Amino acid sequence: MSLLKVEHMTQNFGGLQAVSDFNIELQGGELVALIGPNGAGKTTIFNLVSGFYTPTEGSIRVNGKDTRGMRPHQVTALGVSRTFQNIRLWKDMHVLDNIRVAQHYRMGYSIWDAFARTRNYMGREKEIDRISWKLLEAMNLKEYAYEVPPNLPYGLQRRVEIARAMSIQPQLLLLDEPAAGLNSRDVEELIELVRWIHDTFHISIWMIEHQMKVVMSLCSWIKVIDFGQTIAEGTPEEIQNHPQVIKAYLGDDTI
Amino acid sequence: METGNKLQRNAFALAVISGCVLIILLAQFKVINLYIQSVIMFMGINIMISTSLNLVNGNMGEFSCGHAAFLCVGAYVSSITSVLIMAPNDITGAPFLPPELAVLVFPISVFVGGVVAALAGILVALPSFKTRGDYLAIITIAVNYMVISGIENLSVVGGPRGFMGMKKVVKSMYELADIPWMMIFVALGTIFCVLIIRRYVSSTYGKGVNAICQDEIAAEIMSVNTNKVKLVTFMLSSGLCGMAGGLFAHVVGYVNPQSFNILKSTEAMVMVYLGGMGSLSGAVISAVFFTFLLELLRPLQILKWVIIPFTLVLLMQFRPEGIMGNKELTDVFPKLRKYCRFK
Ligand SMILES: Nc1ncnc2c1ncn2[C@@H]1O[C@H](COP(=O)(O)OP(=O)(O)OP(=O)(O)O)[C@@H](O)[C@H]1O
Ligand SMILES: [Mg+2]
Repeated sequence: MSLLKVEHMTQNFGGLQAVSDFNIELQGGELVALIGPNGAGKTTIFNLVSGFYTPTEGSIRVNGKDTRGMRPHQVTALGVSRTFQNIRLWKDMHVLDNIRVAQHYRMGYSIWDAFARTRNYMGREKEIDRISWKLLEAMNLKEYAYEVPPNLPYGLQRRVEIARAMSIQPQLLLLDEPAAGLNSRDVEELIELVRWIHDTFHISIWMIEHQMKVVMSLCSWIKVIDFGQTIAEGTPEEIQNHPQVIKAYLGDDTI
Repeated sequence: METGNKLQRNAFALAVISGCVLIILLAQFKVINLYIQSVIMFMGINIMISTSLNLVNGNMGEFSCGHAAFLCVGAYVSSITSVLIMAPNDITGAPFLPPELAVLVFPISVFVGGVVAALAGILVALPSFKTRGDYLAIITIAVNYMVISGIENLSVVGGPRGFMGMKKVVKSMYELADIPWMMIFVALGTIFCVLIIRRYVSSTYGKGVNAICQDEIAAEIMSVNTNKVKLVTFMLSSGLCGMAGGLFAHVVGYVNPQSFNILKSTEAMVMVYLGGMGSLSGAVISAVFFTFLLELLRPLQILKWVIIPFTLVLLMQFRPEGIMGNKELTDVFPKLRKYCRFK
């Protein structure tokens, strides 16, 4: 059974077909990229997979479960986690709490436990704490635990957002343009970080990225879309010289 | 992490408890008169009202303008419960239970009022799944009107004339033993309310409320069941406010629908904004301050409703974040942390 199986996924917004007949299958453990020009429908595909939109047509299966009709938090609980193109951290909560709250689906206690401070509650909160600190430590964020995100430089905010997504303990991590807005040193660090996550946790990582350097150095498989249509897919070498891809990026001069 | 000895860590809790005991003793030995006692009780009730509203307007970032609706539901339900069981009335005739049991029945009736008010909170919680902000604010106002008009049209409970008989229930308690029962119950209610809210907002569960406030979409995608958290938060807020209503009704001894209109809801909002959005200690401080201010301005009668809104205008102009902003006392005075171990 595959980790993610998307078949014939189509999404219409009124008259606009943002995604049409999109297919992908991930077995688990791969590092793939989704590229395409601005407005191609990349973020929409992530929104569909994370359950934020329900596809007009087609199906999405996570570990064999059809996610149609599920709310996003339920899809996340299946092990699909993500970051956002524009960082969406909770701005008034310090980094540690950002990490903690993302473990909501496996809190393991009820509201009554919280009111009565039962042993179960204390134990679970301790466990959430332990996991959060371990993650912060592993991702070199420990010293920023009590900072609120807006006080951190942009590169670190990206890192915190990835840490928050990892605190879900996902099997599939979706990264929406993780290198956008980073300087070249931060980009190097990001590449290191993604590689480290992939090697350490053996999860599938699927990223949208415009910076070819990031895509080429990390991903083994690339899908290219334009105007919602899949126009090419293959290894980095194949994609680099694909005539359709070059045309999509440079514009069609024949018209 | 554990610093200081046990006594030191519990110093804050001990201070609160001994403060309450002291006030009750002062009341017992008639050092403070009935008027001062009633002001202190209103402070407690207002603390419950403002902290419970703060949960929704401050922590969750919604804009509930009809909080008095839940005060009203709690007040009526608990009054009806206690009067039907404990006092002779037009509906069931003679009381069911002997007057000695009033001390037991009264807190139960307050709790029942809270439970029914929490159920009434669903009226606001369900629309909040789909709407936010201004639209939800309008719904809360509508709920406030619905509750008041509903009761005004219920002649069984007195309609617009109001409902009474709670004095008899309270009197049975004083006949059992001459101690300041009402002060004790208000103190217990206030401590219960603040403690529950404190425990809720400091748990990972309750931090989901702040996540919804700051970015609801991110909260949902980061596995927070936003609908459930909203439902729980609205019900908790309205339930605690309903308990305040039950206490209020028995302190005053008489309720009528119009004492829970939009003006009362506005009072609740003033306390929240005065204290600082999302600050529990701010909500407590401002409730005490506001009750005090109301009493101070009482001789001015209706003119006080010019002065109080005007202070709100000044507040929004010069310190829109309220007394505490979104900080707690322990953030402003970190040394306090040594003295209070908030579990
Ligand atoms: N909720 C929506 N309602 C209507 N149209 C939408 C909606 N979301 C996206 N679109 C449209 O769908 C198309 C694809 O948008 P999408 O955000 O997926 O592009 P993208 O590939 O992520 O682009 P970029 O590289 O700029 O992030 C765009 O034309 C966009 O305007
Ligand atoms: Mg995008």
